Amino acid sequence: MEKNALIAAKKLTVEFSLSGNKKVHAVSDVSLDVYEHEVLALVGESGCGKSTLGKAMVQLIRPTGGEVSFKGTPITGMSRKAFQEYRRQMQIVFQDPYASLDPRMSVRDIVAEPLETHCVCPTKAETTERVVELLKAVGLTSDHLYRYAHQFSGGQRQRIGIARAIALNPAFIVCDEPVSALDVSVQNQILNLLKDLQGRFGLTYLFISHDLSVVRFIADRVCVMFLGKLCELGDTETIYEKPMHPYTRFLLDAIPKADPHQRRGERLLLSGELPSPVNPPSGCRFHTRCPYATGKCKATEPPLHSVEGRLVACHLYE
Amino acid sequence: MKKMTLQVRDLCTSFFTDKGEIKAVNNVSFDVPKRGIIGIVGESGCGKSMTARSVMRLIKYPGRIVSGSITLEGKELTRLTESEMANVRGEEISMIFQEPMTSLNPVMKAGRQVQEVVMLHRKVSKKEARAEVLRMFEKVGISEPEKRYECYPHELSGGLRQRVMIAMAMICRPKLLIADEPTTALDVTVEAQILELMRNLRDEIGTSIMLISHNLGVVAEICDYVHVMYAGRVVEQAETFELFDNPRHPYTIGLMNAVDSLERKQAVLDTIPGTVPNLLGLGEGCSFAPRCGRRTGRCDQMSELIEVVPGHLVRCHCHRQEVR
Repeated sequence: MEKNALIAAKKLTVEFSLSGNKKVHAVSDVSLDVYEHEVLALVGESGCGKSTLGKAMVQLIRPTGGEVSFKGTPITGMSRKAFQEYRRQMQIVFQDPYASLDPRMSVRDIVAEPLETHCVCPTKAETTERVVELLKAVGLTSDHLYRYAHQFSGGQRQRIGIARAIALNPAFIVCDEPVSALDVSVQNQILNLLKDLQGRFGLTYLFISHDLSVVRFIADRVCVMFLGKLCELGDTETIYEKPMHPYTRFLLDAIPKADPHQRRGERLLLSGELPSPVNPPSGCRFHTRCPYATGKCKATEPPLHSVEGRLVACHLYE
Repeated sequence: MKKMTLQVRDLCTSFFTDKGEIKAVNNVSFDVPKRGIIGIVGESGCGKSMTARSVMRLIKYPGRIVSGSITLEGKELTRLTESEMANVRGEEISMIFQEPMTSLNPVMKAGRQVQEVVMLHRKVSKKEARAEVLRMFEKVGISEPEKRYECYPHELSGGLRQRVMIAMAMICRPKLLIADEPTTALDVTVEAQILELMRNLRDEIGTSIMLISHNLGVVAEICDYVHVMYAGRVVEQAETFELFDNPRHPYTIGLMNAVDSLERKQAVLDTIPGTVPNLLGLGEGCSFAPRCGRRTGRCDQMSELIEVVPGHLVRCHCHRQEVR
């Protein structure tokens, strides 16, 4: 079955200039399709470029190179005005529910803002009605309408952020670490809600997370990133059952299990620190930390190629 | 009888605000055995960090330790003067925090900050202190210690900063190390390294460790004994294997199910309904009751900690064995 890409990045590159001709290579030459109605998880450690890639996909960051297209239409380089129509289709839920809600706005105003910006509801009363509808969809009630963000717990705040994101009936939502600021018991409530909304409204998510246990529940496909490059991309179960890229294996192995019988003991640990994205290593960017690295890894960059039903960028599998 | 490094009995720490008294730590008792690693787990606001700060006597106004005793190898810490306590900190008890960047001085070289600790607690020359810092840097796995010594904190990665913090905490070979969410700000691969390091240091130097964490995985990984806190109280405590094999308190069970259900392939994840209660104006009853599926009339009165099997204590009226 041919799957349709809802949003596709082609050779996307994002660089940030530093003083003295130096650059942070945040995302380098990444091509990625997000299919319609799927949840694609983007995982990796801090500084790997996953949030930058997510933001570049929805044009919150202007890419330095490459192209993003939405339903086949290139949206990079579009004028602001022309892009307005597309903005409605793509929304974002941020990590920190404390920082992403305006403390001086009531919940009604926060959720109504996108509706008003895009002139969705003709009257104020209808806008409020729609806001109540949205609040109900995320598990809040009309009692919450005229309260302020500080009166809510972290989980409830994230619900408000989600209501705002779905207000315009978007097709695509970037969830940028939506549960990492929450406690475990609340985190699961939000994950259930996101999954429920995805089914109900036929949404497509790009789910960015550093937490691999969270990803297994929600994602259809997983994409592992390391230092601005894709390492491995495939169906969630394929990746979890048999991770192939050495980095994916280390990442999965490093999660501490909530079971003392499965203590790590003498398991292999990844040594060293993340190399700098200002001076990424030559060849495979992971080679400085990889126990299987050879001369080839240092010299040439491994392309993504298909092995056992997934894409992997590693010379070991050529 | 095991030798105890730290014994805390009936500790109560409250914050006195305009709106009333907030009992952040409510009648908490625990022991840290010599060379042991104990864990305190709970969600935000459960009082785990305040318990740690109380032991260090770092509670700021409007909070204070209301009652209880804290003894470090027989020495009662609550009765020490401020300057006596200052000598205990860093020398006998030290602490590492969640975010190493905010606990390091940004305008002082990393090595100098650690050297300062040595100079403060011991009569050594600058040169000797420096040599000692470099040895410690090597011990905590800082590569190129000479070079890192001259680095400012912002030049170091998160993992390295936490290693500097650990070096600073361990350099006086304290009896007790309090680690307050030491790996929460770090990536999983670095987290694994830091946990490994803490375990090695315990074996090598013989320091007892009190680990505060919200992450059940971290606790399961390195602790010998675990206390679960909820709304200022210990609700369950047991040896690690016993706790994870036979959790009894509905809150502990809820937490573990929440974590486990992420690994099982379920259509809907297990959750604990509701949210953590406001500590202002908590009633007489069990503070978990509003979120509890096994609530009965008896829950209007807070249960005592009941010893269900030797060493396993539960604060719940219906503490019968639960098969998960």
